Amino acid sequence: MSQADLSIHGQVSRSEATEIMTAPTFSVPAKKMAMWLFIIADSATFAGCLVAYGFIRNATPNWPRPFHGIGNVALMTFILLTSSLTMLVAVRAAQAADKAKAFLWMMITAGAGILFAILHIREWMRMIDEGATLFHNPWGTPLFSSLFFSITGLHLLHVTGGVVALIAVAIRYQGGRYNADDLEITGLYWHFVDLVWMFVVPLIYLLNLSH
Amino acid sequence: MTTADTHKDAGMTKDIIIYVCLLALAGIQFIIAYQDITAYQMFQRMMMVAIVEAGLALFFFMHLSDNRGLRWFVIIFTVAVIFGMQYGWPDSNRLINGVPWAH
Repeated sequence: MSQADLSIHGQVSRSEATEIMTAPTFSVPAKKMAMWLFIIADSATFAGCLVAYGFIRNATPNWPRPFHGIGNVALMTFILLTSSLTMLVAVRAAQAADKAKAFLWMMITAGAGILFAILHIREWMRMIDEGATLFHNPWGTPLFSSLFFSITGLHLLHVTGGVVALIAVAIRYQGGRYNADDLEITGLYWHFVDLVWMFVVPLIYLLNLSH
Repeated sequence: MTTADTHKDAGMTKDIIIYVCLLALAGIQFIIAYQDITAYQMFQRMMMVAIVEAGLALFFFMHLSDNRGLRWFVIIFTVAVIFGMQYGWPDSNRLINGVPWAH
């Protein structure tokens, strides 16, 4: 019996077996699957941070509530949610082979990300002006500041990385090196950053609002 | 208008509806923040809204609803890991209620 005639349980030929073994998992292309695996791992990272925050907040009496208004965080949420929509417009334009429109909407999304980061840094500067640092704050337990800057900082790092990725992918797409699939994969990451913010806002900001 | 254009418009309309729903849900979280309820009740309500928001973003913006196998793969792994992290709560409650120096 030749190598080519080898079969598994006498039913599947070698070539069919090879095809099965090399087929993309869940029919998802490798690059997209890699992004999903990254998202699963990263959601565990954020969940770990937020659960640790919940553990400490729950175990600490007289937890500070230093936020007086919701204006800035509401605006940041609106910008990030809107940037998810503009990302979808870019991906749909790319799938319709409208290169100029896709590039424009990618840049608008990146612009929204930059605006979000500026507002975030403004929020940080206000907190720092009030005396909050990574290891100290004037409202009680220093753990508040540590957790606030760590968790929002980790998210800001993801936004910054996302903006760099959006610009890089848009330029390469414009130059013909990337295609609509690459834009869709970058979009997955951007929507994930938005998704994480949906949990950061209530836990870090809204639950610590002074009434 | 071609069939492709019709599909594209229908897709975009759905995206805009989901976007408006997400904005509305985010608004509800802000309203909950101003309700006269305990921090625990506030936490429960806000988390319920956040989970619905996350579901909408995952299923429609990230198109997880299009692929059944991938959907279960992502949900099972993520939920299992997040549930696994909840082991610390009894100790957190013990620290605030059960130790001699509590309160």
